[in-house]
Amino acid sequence: MTPAAFDVAIVGAGIVGAACAAECAQAGMRVVVIERDLVGGGATSAGMGHIVVMDDSEAQFALTRYSQNLWNELSSQFPADVEFERCGTIWVAADDEEMAEVRRKQGFCEARGVPAEILDAKALEEAEPNLRTGLMGGLLVPEDGVVYPPCAARYLLERAKDRGAVVRLGQPAIEANREGPRLRDGTLVPARVTVNAGGASSPSLTPGVEVQKRKGHLVITDRYPRFVHHQLVELGYLKSAHSLTSDSVAFNIQPRRTGQVLIGSSRQYGVDDLKVEPFMLQKMLQRAREYMPGLSRLSAIRAWTGFRPATPDKLPLIGPCPGQEWLYLATGHEGLGITTSLGTAKLLADQLLNRPAQIPVEPYLPARTKQGSTHA
Amino acid sequence: MPETVSLTIDGLQVRVPAGTPVATAILSSGRTSFRRSVRGEPRGPLCGMGICYECRVTVNGQAHLRSCQIPCQDGMDVQTDG
Ligand SMILES: Cc1cc2nc3c(=O)[nH]c(=O)nc-3n(C[C@H](O)[C@H](O)[C@H](O)COP(=O)(O)OP(=O)(O)OC[C@H]3O[C@@H](n4cnc5c(N)ncnc54)[C@H](O)[C@@H]3O)c2cc1C
Ligand code: FES
Repeated sequence: MTPAAFDVAIVGAGIVGAACAAECAQAGMRVVVIERDLVGGGATSAGMGHIVVMDDSEAQFALTRYSQNLWNELSSQFPADVEFERCGTIWVAADDEEMAEVRRKQGFCEARGVPAEILDAKALEEAEPNLRTGLMGGLLVPEDGVVYPPCAARYLLERAKDRGAVVRLGQPAIEANREGPRLRDGTLVPARVTVNAGGASSPSLTPGVEVQKRKGHLVITDRYPRFVHHQLVELGYLKSAHSLTSDSVAFNIQPRRTGQVLIGSSRQYGVDDLKVEPFMLQKMLQRAREYMPGLSRLSAIRAWTGFRPATPDKLPLIGPCPGQEWLYLATGHEGLGITTSLGTAKLLADQLLNRPAQIPVEPYLPARTKQGSTHA
Repeated sequence: MPETVSLTIDGLQVRVPAGTPVATAILSSGRTSFRRSVRGEPRGPLCGMGICYECRVTVNGQAHLRSCQIPCQDGMDVQTDG
């Protein structure tokens, strides 16, 4: 057998593929990246870029916290266009029940060494004067931040290229087998291992992989510096985002370095095109206005949508595809893929190189899923 | 004699005929740069009909309003960012 030209072929140059490429190239692997379209042009260009520690489950916490630390470590090297800003998150509580959630969350964070400060109604008002009055308070998590995802993806891919990675744009990989991925024109890209980092399109390369499209809308305003200071997320978010079946909207708003205000967010299943839907947009903006009435006076300049790559248990798939040891998955990051891209890249490289991982990898292994068990 | 209104542009008192668009009042006060682009270039009215958004100014504290679409009113406070 002739030795493969590449150690690893990464299919997809979204934030996840780019991060994996940077990590693998850094570790000395010979890397090729295959992207059918633009670098960072998929969900990565649609995402909000909130780098956020989440606590739905211990596994979700471990990966988001691990990744957030990696973002903060890397931040001194970012070019300006990555727009990294450690603005912090405020989880906004509208009623007593949500204030109880603030206290629970604070305890959770404290127990795990994540700084988090409870704000009462007055402190919340001082921190964010444009929020409506009558809110109960919130939880400030100061180590959270934001990035501009497509530029972050481009930066990571440049890092990979500096360490010898090759990037092939313009053609999809249509199959992956033992010899490597095959492109649409029939070219075989010889590689020992193929990594499917195709985001919401990953089932097109690996049929049966349990990733579904979960559509989201966003709106961006003109520049209104200091209108909002932190990423603000309603705690009702937990109730709505948790529902895996129905459509939902939540107040989720972000200050950009340009002074623009990014307004989200919506979640929909079973919608297969990226058209902006006025009905969803209206619902989403209505929700935002309930929290920040002053938004009505701002002018919006653009609205768009993207597909979050969602898995049934809301954890990503990172590791070998059962029964196909030459195929690895790095997909299914749902609404957290910007955040978790860096941790994912570490865990992928750890598995490829048999390095010890910094956090337990088992919760993210594809073998845990239905698809995994039918192949196993 | 047409009715006139009085407003301030960057703190300067001006008097114009009622119904004058804010953009016209700004131009007649001698300014051509109404605001700065993202890269800091001067910008001023282009289409005069509400389409291009180049003529945006702050009126009574509210940013990004199209000055070509707003008639001057008594006591109005206009801020350019040119
Ligand atoms: C509205 C919205 C808001 C969001 N907000 C946040 C947030 O605040 N914080 C956060 O952490 N996450 C957020 N996300 C989630 C985040 O954007 C995604 O999880 C992340 O971008 C997924 O990255 P990816 O690289 O897996 O996928 P993508 O960015 O979609 O990249 C996949 C790439 O693979 C390519 N590709 C696919 N198949 C093939 C093939 N066969 N051959 C060649 N190329 C292929 C595609 O062209 C694409 O470029 C948000 C998502 C949405 C939609
Ligand atoms: S000059 Fe074009 S919108 Fe006013």
